[in-house]
Amino acid sequence: MNAISNATTTVVRHSGAYALDNYLTAAQGVKSWLLTTDHKRIGILYLWTILVFFLIAAVAAALMRIELLTPAGDLVTSETYNKLFTVHGVLMVWFFLIPSIPAVLGNFVIPMMIGARDVAFPRLNLFSWYLFVAAGALALWSLIHGGVDTGWTFYTPYSTTYANSHVISMAAGIFVAGFSSIITGLNFIVTVHKMRAPGLRWFRLPLFIWALYATSLILVLATPVLAITLALMSVERLWGVGIFDPKLGGDPILFQHLFWFYSHPAVYIMILPGMGVISELITCFSRKRVFGYAWVGCSSMAIAVLGFVVWGHHMFVSSQSIYAGMIFSLLSFLVAVPSGVKVFNWTATLYKGSITFQTPMLYALGFIGLFTIGGLTGLCVATLAVDVHVHDTYFVIAHFHYIMVGGMVMAFMGGLHYWWPKITGRLYPEFWGKLAAMITFIGFNLTFFPQFLLGYLGMPRRYHAYPPEFQMLNVLSTAGASILGVGYVLPLIYFLWSLKRGRLAGPNPWRATGLEWQTSSPPPAHNFEATPIATASPYLYDAEADRDLHMANA
Amino acid sequence: MTTSSPKLYWKTFIALMALLAITWSVGYIDLGPFNLVFALAIAMAKAVLIMLFFMHIRGGSKLLHFVAVAGVLWLLILLSLVLGDYVTR
Amino acid sequence: MNATTTAVVAEQFDDIQQQHSAAKLGMWIFLATEVMFFGGLFLAYTVYRFTYGHVFALASRHLDDVFGGANTAVLLFSSLLMALAVRAAELGRRKQLVRLLLATALFGILFMTIKGFEYRKDFVEHLVPRFDFRWDGSDAANAELFFWIYFALTGLHAIHVTVGIALILVLAALASAGKFSQNFMPVEITGLYWHFVDIIWVFLFPLLYLAGHR
Repeated sequence: MNAISNATTTVVRHSGAYALDNYLTAAQGVKSWLLTTDHKRIGILYLWTILVFFLIAAVAAALMRIELLTPAGDLVTSETYNKLFTVHGVLMVWFFLIPSIPAVLGNFVIPMMIGARDVAFPRLNLFSWYLFVAAGALALWSLIHGGVDTGWTFYTPYSTTYANSHVISMAAGIFVAGFSSIITGLNFIVTVHKMRAPGLRWFRLPLFIWALYATSLILVLATPVLAITLALMSVERLWGVGIFDPKLGGDPILFQHLFWFYSHPAVYIMILPGMGVISELITCFSRKRVFGYAWVGCSSMAIAVLGFVVWGHHMFVSSQSIYAGMIFSLLSFLVAVPSGVKVFNWTATLYKGSITFQTPMLYALGFIGLFTIGGLTGLCVATLAVDVHVHDTYFVIAHFHYIMVGGMVMAFMGGLHYWWPKITGRLYPEFWGKLAAMITFIGFNLTFFPQFLLGYLGMPRRYHAYPPEFQMLNVLSTAGASILGVGYVLPLIYFLWSLKRGRLAGPNPWRATGLEWQTSSPPPAHNFEATPIATASPYLYDAEADRDLHMANA
Repeated sequence: MTTSSPKLYWKTFIALMALLAITWSVGYIDLGPFNLVFALAIAMAKAVLIMLFFMHIRGGSKLLHFVAVAGVLWLLILLSLVLGDYVTR
Repeated sequence: MNATTTAVVAEQFDDIQQQHSAAKLGMWIFLATEVMFFGGLFLAYTVYRFTYGHVFALASRHLDDVFGGANTAVLLFSSLLMALAVRAAELGRRKQLVRLLLATALFGILFMTIKGFEYRKDFVEHLVPRFDFRWDGSDAANAELFFWIYFALTGLHAIHVTVGIALILVLAALASAGKFSQNFMPVEITGLYWHFVDIIWVFLFPLLYLAGHR
């Protein structure tokens, strides 16, 4: 039953490659944005919001790296340094990375990828953005009034009993942000189950959908535990009654169990969407079907499920039982397997593909290398005996930054470049795109590789002063950070530039498969002029035909 | 959707009240560790009755069954693995 | 009889069945998140009952199981009323729907009232942590832990009951204006929420009030 009969029967006007009647022009004015229920506009609202928090968190990182140029703690006091790494962690995790791909790219692309007009609950979608903004306001309030110095992990009893900073307001901000993300996840799950176009069976869905579906499962099952944990910590802090207080016979380690039960799956929230993007990019820019499509799709689900039973690997040295430690270590090794499956399958997709090196592909290739390093070092820290030595050192910091920055942020940038023409109808300048991608790659490695060495040599994390023998590596790391910063500033500039001066993209500049490319750029308000019907498997690329085309044009 | 008869709801309610009576009276008997087992088993039976008949899970899709089970299952993951730590310390 | 033939379908959906199906799935997923939300507190209970089982049993006996048992019956009955209300909505019986919704809310309020009396009794008996808590015995701190968990769990539950009562009263108002004659789904999914709140209490009662046999 085609229910679009009362929707877009008008012809969409085009001016060459640019659709003049699109979701951006459909309604004008601030109110039309603040009251929108269009998933595409909501994605853009999220984009601007997370950018603000990214910048604040980046400034905190810059200050830390400048402090760490010298062994002495001379730029800021240790209390201030504690607040810097806390704000960096809190904002980057909850106000940048967790929303990034899901709330920006997911919101924009998912309905189009499945041939739907919008998500299942558009008003709830807008409400989730408002919650996010409110959460950000609470976090900013906490920052303005002096910030928090507990680390993003809020360990008890420091956070509940001894910290003299604005813990509760920050916790409240994270609590609200959590509900925003739960709503996003809930919306995505229902959308993917109930709103696929006719013919779109599960195993015809793009891998980006599989990845975001798996992410959404984690969002809805893990985040509530974070919420109750922050609430309990706050109550204990406020009224001195609590379950983490040894004076009552409580156990501070219980806090860690509760915190990491969420926060470990949370790191999978912070990588799975990136993996989904990479699947899309690798296949498009090697003009080849993804190798082992079903394996890649199911590996997303496996990561989501297994990710829930490994959290104790953050607590190896916490005094949890050694047997628990052994089980968590074993399970952590297991969870690496589906990630390995993905890396192997992407590589196999590249093999004999017709590869081109546009900006999105540069980010995708960078991701594969850097994520592999991050993932392999994850096995190092998952090994009980090794972790005793590297826990709370820069080794761990390097490990997770390789995954979150070398992996997820690069995937986010790759996806942003890839879908930018769809979102805006314009192309970013390819030369600057490539340049920024390479600067980012170089800057990233220079920043974080020395940190593996520092951690291995014993430099603890969260210290603003260190022994002089570590200075050389710290200087390299800070130098890298400044280069990395350039790599991030450049896209900010040229993306904005492209809005007015970028070349018109047309509906499908990448000649990609996928339903989102079958509609105009920018898309009409209701995405499609008629509900598409899916008849084929995804990624019907033909590398050989493409190669012949290239040869003929060379 | 076929609407259930009020009789079904009343019967479910009577069953729930009967289970409540059992829970309450067993609470007055010393069964050692089995007090807890019994209490939880009856609570689960009540929950299942409420889900099947009041919440219409019985006529629902497999997907809804799965969601209902998943919530409980995930809670059990949390409880069992954490308890595993405490039990083996 | 199909009460939804002329229902207005939200524009993102193709038909009313898809809309209903999505609404139900959405609410069930939300309930799964609520299970995990309460789950953190259930974990605390589990861990500390394991560690301090004896004290927990002693402390539990101080709770009034008559209040607790009565409240359980009240909520179970309210669930029955809610299920009948959903049925009335499905069949398009406006007056019956409104009456049943109001009755459900009434029993919810009765629950809160009994809870209020119970909390007052607990306070008078010095069982409220940090507010003149008194305990005869060497494990005062661990007993206080039990009561803290008791107040946290029942308090969080009471917040959910209050939200539920508010939702049901709003539903009753909308129902009497005839808003559900074409689309009973909002009543059904509010019903799901209410039944969930009931299920939580079904577990709280034996865990908190009957932890120690009497």
